Amino acid sequence: MVALDAVASDLILAVLDAVPDPEIPAVTVTDLGIVRGVRSDPPAVLVTPTYTGCPATLAIEASIRAALDQAGFAQVRIETVLSPPWSTDWITERGRERLENYGIAPPPKGIAARHIRGDEPVGCPRCGSFHTQEVSRFGSTPCKALWRCEDCLEPFDRFKCH
Amino acid sequence: MAPSLPTIDREDEAKAVAAPHGGSFDPGVSADHLPALFDYLLRLGDDSLVLGQRLTEWCGHAPALEIDLSLANIGLDLIGQATLFLNLAGEVEGKGRDGDALAFHRDVLAFRNCLLVEQPNGDFAQTIARQFLFSTYSQAYLDALTGSALPAIAEIAAKAVKEVRYHAELSADWVVRLGDGTEESRRRMIDGLDWFWRFVDEMFEDDGVEAPLVAAGIAPKRGDLRSAFDARVGEVLRQATLSLPEYPRAVKGGRVGHHSEHLGHLLATMQFLPRTYPDAMW
Repeated sequence: MVALDAVASDLILAVLDAVPDPEIPAVTVTDLGIVRGVRSDPPAVLVTPTYTGCPATLAIEASIRAALDQAGFAQVRIETVLSPPWSTDWITERGRERLENYGIAPPPKGIAARHIRGDEPVGCPRCGSFHTQEVSRFGSTPCKALWRCEDCLEPFDRFKCH
Repeated sequence: MAPSLPTIDREDEAKAVAAPHGGSFDPGVSADHLPALFDYLLRLGDDSLVLGQRLTEWCGHAPALEIDLSLANIGLDLIGQATLFLNLAGEVEGKGRDGDALAFHRDVLAFRNCLLVEQPNGDFAQTIARQFLFSTYSQAYLDALTGSALPAIAEIAAKAVKEVRYHAELSADWVVRLGDGTEESRRRMIDGLDWFWRFVDEMFEDDGVEAPLVAAGIAPKRGDLRSAFDARVGEVLRQATLSLPEYPRAVKGGRVGHHSEHLGHLLATMQFLPRTYPDAMW
C-alpha cells in the first residue's frame, strides 16, 4: 500500500465532502465535523462518532466506504477515533446553514461544553421567531431535541448542544 | 431519503471496527494487571449494558411520548458506552471475544454490574429514582475517569461523560417534578428513593480488584467520589422538598457476580436471539 500524497488527500476530502449523513441528508459528513482527517501512511480516513450509541454510525461508515471505493480509494481504511470527543462546535458554518434551511435549528457555537440546557433564545427555522419553547429534551435521534414555535405553531427539531 | 447502502466486505468492516487503536493493542500495563483490568472493564461495561437493556423495556410503554423518547435515548447512549468498554475488555482479554460476544454469550455469574442497574423498572418514579442515583454516580465517576493513566479508557470516559450529563440532568428534573408534585407522585418518588438507596453503597465500594488499578492511576478511588455524590443528591432532594431516605442495610455483591434473581431474567430476554441463532446477521 502506498502512502497518500497531498493531491490524493485533498481528493479524498473532496469525496467525503459530498457524502450525505444518512439521518440528515441535507448535510454531509464533513459539514457535521465527524471527519477528523486523512492520514497518509498507512492511508486512512479518521472518523469520530457523534454519540456512542448513534445507530447511524455503521451507515455512515458504509456510505464513506462506498464513496471511497467509487473514487478509486479502495485501499484507504476507515478508522474510528474517540479523542478528542466530538462536539457540536465542530459543525461547520455551511453545515449550520444547511441544517437551518432543512428545518433544524442549529446549535449555538462555543457554548457546547458549558451549557446543556441551552438557555439562549432559539430561532424557529420556519418563520424566524424567537418565541419558541422546548417540548422534549430528547427527540427523534440522539442529536436532536424537539421544540415548538409559539408564533407559527409548527414543531421543529433542534440540534442539541453536545 | 436515506442513501442506498452498498454491499460491504464484512471482513474488512470487522477489521476496521476491531482495531480502533490502529493495530495491535498494547494496554500499557504490566501483565500482572491484565486480569484485574479485564474485570474492571466488565464492571464499567456491564453497568451501562444492563441499565441500557432495562430502559429499553419502557420503549412504547412510557406515560408520555417525551418520556418514551428520553428513556429510549438514554438506553441507546448507555448501550453505545457499553460497546466501547466491552470491546476494550475483549482486547485486554486477548481471546478473540468482542463486545457482542461478551454481551450475548456470557452467563449471569460472569456479569460484573452493580445491583442497582439490574433492578426491575417498577413504576415511572422508581425508574427515575434508579436513573437519578446511577447517572449522578456515573457523571462523577466518568469525570474522574477522564484522568485515567490509560488513554484508551480516558477517551471513552471523555466521550461518555458528555452524554451522561444529560441523563443526570433529566432524571434530576424529574425527581423535582415528581417529589414536589401531587400527593401521589410525591409518595411514589419517596418510595422509589427509599427502595433504591440500599444499592448506592456498592457503587462507591473500593475492593481488591481495583486497588492495583487505583495505585497505577488507571481507575479512580471510588470512596473519594462519595461526598460529591452526596452533595448533589442532597441539593436535588432539597429542590424536590424531599429528605434523604432513612439509611437502610446496604446490599452488595454484583461486582463479584452475586446478582439478584432479576439479572438472569433480563439476560434471558437480551441473549435469546443471538444464542438461538448464532451468527445471525441483518
